[in-house]
Amino acid sequence: MLINILEIVVSFLLLLMAFLALTSKSLIKSVMFLSSLSMISVIAFVLMKAPDVALTEAVIGSGLVTSLFVFTLLATRKVGQKQ
Amino acid sequence: MKKLLAFVFVIVLGALIVNHLNENSLFTGFGDAVLADRVSDSYINRDVQGGQGEVIFGESQDLESGAANTVTAIVADYRSFDTLGEITVLFISSLGVALLLGQSKKRIGLEFRPNFMLKIGSRALFAIILMTGVFISIHGHLTPGGGFPGGAMIASSVLLLYLADDEFRAKMRGFKVLESTMGVLYILLGVVGLFITGIFLENFIDNGTLGSLFSAGMIPIIYVIIGLKVGSEISSVIDHFLSEEGA
Repeated sequence: MLINILEIVVSFLLLLMAFLALTSKSLIKSVMFLSSLSMISVIAFVLMKAPDVALTEAVIGSGLVTSLFVFTLLATRKVGQKQ
Repeated sequence: MKKLLAFVFVIVLGALIVNHLNENSLFTGFGDAVLADRVSDSYINRDVQGGQGEVIFGESQDLESGAANTVTAIVADYRSFDTLGEITVLFISSLGVALLLGQSKKRIGLEFRPNFMLKIGSRALFAIILMTGVFISIHGHLTPGGGFPGGAMIASSVLLLYLADDEFRAKMRGFKVLESTMGVLYILLGVVGLFITGIFLENFIDNGTLGSLFSAGMIPIIYVIIGLKVGSEISSVIDHFLSEEGA
C-alpha cells in the first residue's frame, strides 16, 4: 500500500518536473528542473526493479549532462557584453 | 494555447508512465514473482553440467557464468560481442568529437573564479567519486552497475576538477594511450579465448565460487577494461567540449 502511494507520488512529480522544465523562462532553472526530473526517474527505475539502469541514469542524467549544461550556460554571454 | 497543448501532451504521455508504474502484473512485489515463467530463471539456474539444480549464494561452484548479477552475466559474458560493438560506437563518437573540435587549445573562459573552499572541497570529492567509479567497475559481477556507469563516474570526477581548478587541463595524452590500450586488450582477450576454446570472447578462466570477488571468470577483467576505456573516452569528449580556439 505504501509502495503504491509512493509510485503515484513519484509519477506525478515526474510529470510536474517535465512540465516545469519545458515552460520555465530562465534557462538555468530549466536545467535544474531537468536534473531533478532525472533524480526522480532514478527512484522510478528503482521502483521498477532496475537498479542497473537507475545507477546509469543517476551518473549520466543528473551528473554529466547537468554539469555540461551548466558549463555551457556559464560560458555563454549576452550579445554586446564584453569578454 | 501553446502551453495548454504542451500540458495536455505531457499529461497523455505521463498517464502511460503512471499506468505502467502501477501495473502490478508486470512488476510484482518482492518475493511474489513467479520465476518459472521468466527467461532469467534458466540463466540463473544453469551450471556447467546443464542441470537445473539449486544455486546457493556463496556456496555454488563452477557455474556456467558464475556472476551474482545476472544482468552482468548477460552483458559481459553471453552477449560480450554486443558489448564490443557498444564500445566501438562510443569510440566512434569520441573520434568524431575529436575530429571536429580537435584544434582547440585553450580552456574555455568562465565568468566566475573558484575560491579556496571550492578548490579544496572538489579535490576531496574527486578522490571519493573516482574510488566509487573504480569500485563499481570492479564489483560489476556482484552488485548493480558495471563498466559503463563506473566509467561515467570516473569521467564526472575529471569534470569536477575542470569546474574547480582554473589552470587544470587533463593530461589528455595519457587518456588517449589508456583508451587505445584498453581497446586492444579487449580484442586480445577475445582472441585468446578463440585460440583456447574455439569461440571468440569465450570465457577461459575458472569461474570460482558464486559471490566472491575473484569469481565469474573473465567478467571482472572485461568490466575493468570497459570502465577504464569508457572513462577515458568520456573524459576526452568533455575536454574537447570545454576548450576553445585561441592562444
